[in-house]
Amino acid sequence: MNRSLTRKQLLERASLGAAALTLPGFLAACGGGEGETAGATTATAAGTGKLADTLRFSNWQLYIDVDEKTKKRPTLEQFTKETGVKVDYFEDINDNASYFGKIQRPLSQGQSIDRDIIVLTDNERFLGLMIDKGWVEELDKDLIPNFSNLIEAQASPPFDPDRKYSLPWQSGMTGIAWNEKETGPITSITQLFEDPKLKGRVTALNGMGDTPGLVMLDNGDDPSNVTDAAWNAAVDRIQKAVDSGQIRRFTGNDYAQPLSQGDLAAAIAWSGDIYQLLSSNPNLKWALPTKGGIIWTDNMIIPTGGSVPTASTYMNFVYDPKIAAQITAYVAYVPPVKGTKEILVKSDPKIGSSPLVFPSDEVLASTHQYDSAALNNQTYIEQWQKVLGA
Amino acid sequence: MTFLHRHKGLTPYLLLLPGIVWLTLFFVAPLGFLGYQSLQTGTFDTGYTFDWAFSNYWNAISDYHEQFVRSFVYAGIATIVALLVSYPLVYWIAFRAGRWKNVFLILIVAPLFVTYLVRTLAWLNILADQGPVVGFLRDIHVLGPDGRLLATSVAVVAGITYNFLPFMALPLYVSLEQIDGRLLEAAEDLYASKRQAFLRVTLPLSAPGIVAGTLLTFIPAAGDFINAQLLGTPRQYMVGNVIQSKFLDVLDYPAAAALSFILMALILAGLLVYARVVGTERLTG
Repeated sequence: MNRSLTRKQLLERASLGAAALTLPGFLAACGGGEGETAGATTATAAGTGKLADTLRFSNWQLYIDVDEKTKKRPTLEQFTKETGVKVDYFEDINDNASYFGKIQRPLSQGQSIDRDIIVLTDNERFLGLMIDKGWVEELDKDLIPNFSNLIEAQASPPFDPDRKYSLPWQSGMTGIAWNEKETGPITSITQLFEDPKLKGRVTALNGMGDTPGLVMLDNGDDPSNVTDAAWNAAVDRIQKAVDSGQIRRFTGNDYAQPLSQGDLAAAIAWSGDIYQLLSSNPNLKWALPTKGGIIWTDNMIIPTGGSVPTASTYMNFVYDPKIAAQITAYVAYVPPVKGTKEILVKSDPKIGSSPLVFPSDEVLASTHQYDSAALNNQTYIEQWQKVLGA
Repeated sequence: MTFLHRHKGLTPYLLLLPGIVWLTLFFVAPLGFLGYQSLQTGTFDTGYTFDWAFSNYWNAISDYHEQFVRSFVYAGIATIVALLVSYPLVYWIAFRAGRWKNVFLILIVAPLFVTYLVRTLAWLNILADQGPVVGFLRDIHVLGPDGRLLATSVAVVAGITYNFLPFMALPLYVSLEQIDGRLLEAAEDLYASKRQAFLRVTLPLSAPGIVAGTLLTFIPAAGDFINAQLLGTPRQYMVGNVIQSKFLDVLDYPAAAALSFILMALILAGLLVYARVVGTERLTG
């Protein structure tokens, strides 16, 4: 697969991420939270059993297959061919918080946000909030026979134990990436936070499930069942690394460019990003810390007012391993669909055998899902924002 | 027609109407809502209730006074540097550039054609550890061998200065451009040296431009957060970063609203002091 454009796109994604992070905040700060005007249309096809003309799908940048030559998205085109449903694909989710900030006002007033599927991450609290607040439609499982292809590990997450409202899109792992030209292997948080050679040349992720989760593992605590003691120990350690100047900054996926350039020696990083960067910079390495890493999953949900039959039909479509394999071959994250690996091992052995995309059982055993109750703990949230500097 | 003829006194009010409607809808109403929100208590999960919670304000000040101070210090330095950089520049354009004036003015405005964010991201490359600026500063031993600019206050202030420079330069240009050349001739006829002519004719006449420029630079700079976020570290964060994270990440709208109001009040208070010192006629030109 030709990936020559991928890195450029990734950088665009990073800058767009920053745009989305900052602009709505600016607007909110100026305008006093004037709601988005998106909710004008009524909840049209929801639950009527008929497919809508178009599927309105909000996703993250660089998160679906793209044909580099035609710039079209093959799996989406195939979906239109098979079902007659056109797809309006929006790459307008850059981080969970600001996307949620945009959609929460219309949703809280019972208005549609003109989307049939949106994708949110399970290691931030917003996905759980959407479900708890009842701002999602129930999936129509009758239309998703491929539901049986969902891997067992994902069958019963705490935020949606029966998978009534959500289906995984892709998963990824949080670990440590380093630039081999700048430093030797970094296999632990202790090394990342305390090696004086790395001072000021390290970034950490700003997600509550990412950085504190890894630090808890390093402390010997369990991030899937967070206690006050574990939390405080982790936060104190991170704060110390900030105060000493070891951690330069907290990032979204905008660590990619400085890490690749060598401004950073190492970063807490996501597996798929590094896989994509590898093609342009073979010096980049990524590993789970020896004491374990974090696994997270982006989930598709149907926001209130979205067309359930249309969205469910699409979910069924992407749970066909052949389609899932096409998407995985491009995005290089961990697919939640059984049978994907078997297809890719034949069609694209490089990715089919990549441990970043298909981690071994041994690796998976050392990854942990972050405690979803801790994500909603208001005290933790405020403490974490203080660490982030605000 | 006849209605207006009969009620001539109404015309000015009718002319004001669009402006008043605009301001009410897009300024007064949101501001009122923000004020209302700033006095609520509660959390996003349980909902917010209005109960005159002035404690939001005290908490905001006691928790974030550091970021407030930092915002005003950074904005103040950036404003002064922008003034020192742009005054000679636009002076030259106004009096010496001749027919190239418009070209140079466009060059000053040109960065505004690129989005704010991209301009700031460009500074990430300019100031990169492996970049030319840091390399040069290391060579001349201004920076140590491991010294860097990114993730320091210098980078943040530099970014703010650069981003708001046009807002300083343009009003300055307008006021310099309007100066009647005959006044300078008269000064020379009265045996003023070049320096005296500048200090006693040009500079006072350009004062409205300086005042307008400093306000247009300082006010948005004090509320800025993009530069601190991209070029700084948590230790450089300004109050804008706090407001942004309260609104978007913590979903603590009352605290965010209270912080916004405090920022507004501080800027307004500063503005009044400034107006007192320099005189209101200069504020209005």
